[in-house]
Amino acid sequence: MSFINYASREINCKIVYYGPGLCGKTTNLQYVYQKTAPEAKGKMISLATETERTLFFDFLPLALGEIRGFKTRFHLYTVPGQVFYDASRKLILKGVDGVVFVADSQEERMDANIESIENLRINLQEQGYDLDKLPYVVQYNKRDLPSVVPVEELRRELNFTGVPDFEACATTGEGVFETLKAIAKLILIDLKKGK
Amino acid sequence: MANPQMVMYDEEFKLINGVIEKLLRESNSKVIFLVDKNGQLISGVGDTERFDTTSLASLTAGNIAATGGLAKLIGEKEFSILFHEGEKDNLHISIVGGRVILVVLFDSRSSLGLVRLRVKKASEELTAIFGRLMQKAEEKEKSGDSDFPFAEITDDDIDNLFR
Ligand SMILES: Nc1nc2c(ncn2[C@@H]2O[C@H](COP(=O)(O)OP(=O)(O)O)[C@@H](O)[C@H]2O)c(=O)[nH]1
Ligand SMILES: [Mg+2]
Repeated sequence: MSFINYASREINCKIVYYGPGLCGKTTNLQYVYQKTAPEAKGKMISLATETERTLFFDFLPLALGEIRGFKTRFHLYTVPGQVFYDASRKLILKGVDGVVFVADSQEERMDANIESIENLRINLQEQGYDLDKLPYVVQYNKRDLPSVVPVEELRRELNFTGVPDFEACATTGEGVFETLKAIAKLILIDLKKGK
Repeated sequence: MANPQMVMYDEEFKLINGVIEKLLRESNSKVIFLVDKNGQLISGVGDTERFDTTSLASLTAGNIAATGGLAKLIGEKEFSILFHEGEKDNLHISIVGGRVILVVLFDSRSSLGLVRLRVKKASEELTAIFGRLMQKAEEKEKSGDSDFPFAEITDDDIDNLFR
């Protein structure tokens, strides 16, 4: 839920990166962190296990600039992907303004993608959100790997509602900012429409 | 949308800061933060410069969300007060008016008893102010009289953010 502070002239929005385990959510945030000027970013927090798997969430605050004299901040969160962390995923979705679904393009992860998207829809519903009404984009990650599914097929399986979608390789950063920019734009347009 | 839009206006912002500044003095604490349940910092007073307030806000909200999840599992509505005791500094975290999180950081110059007592009083005042704030936001929305800054936002505005 965005927070508009007329007193300090700030607007805060929450973006959640969702997707199956190891699809590259944390890597997306790490790349954004690396490429963002020091004055525009806060500390990146990763609540991870000893083996670097996301345990609760990663958090990256961005203060990108001003629109109409309002400081515009985006708070980026990732969820833990493994099925058994479902309770944590629900908590992180609370107050979300926009969702990025990061799909793993590898053939063997197709079932995990589909399962994760269904899980996203259900968990949003539980919080009273409708995925079809929320700012939402899809990223097909790991395009650099050999065993990837063609984009048309991914689109058919994972993006049948036709939201903006992007090919990416989060390790090199390809497509990472395009994805972020697209979701930020949808969120701001949604705000503009007013509620 | 699942929740009403959270907004803050000048008038209430001043009132809120007045309450937490008083709480800071009367409880002899070091820093006080108010955080939205979604992890966004609303305000902070005291020695705020020494802390990464944005991270603090996000982790506090995560903490409240996680303990709230635990509460539900054992059949409680929520745990409205959390206390973390450190070697030097302690954190007293409480939920105000069901929606906002009040974080008080204090050391041995204060005590849990004193903090708890003062927080209780301040919470009542804050609950009333936030109640009025929500009402005001709703009224503004109904009457269409919102001074919402983004009504005229353009694609260029958005592109400029990512230069
Ligand atoms: N080849 C390749 N590996 C990637 C890509 N994105 C992420 N990875 C790797 O996939 C693994 C899991 O990534 P991580 O971001 O931790 O996944 P998360 O569970 O979604 O947070 C790591 O070893 C990353 O380096 C990509 O685009 N291409
Ligand atoms: Mg991760």
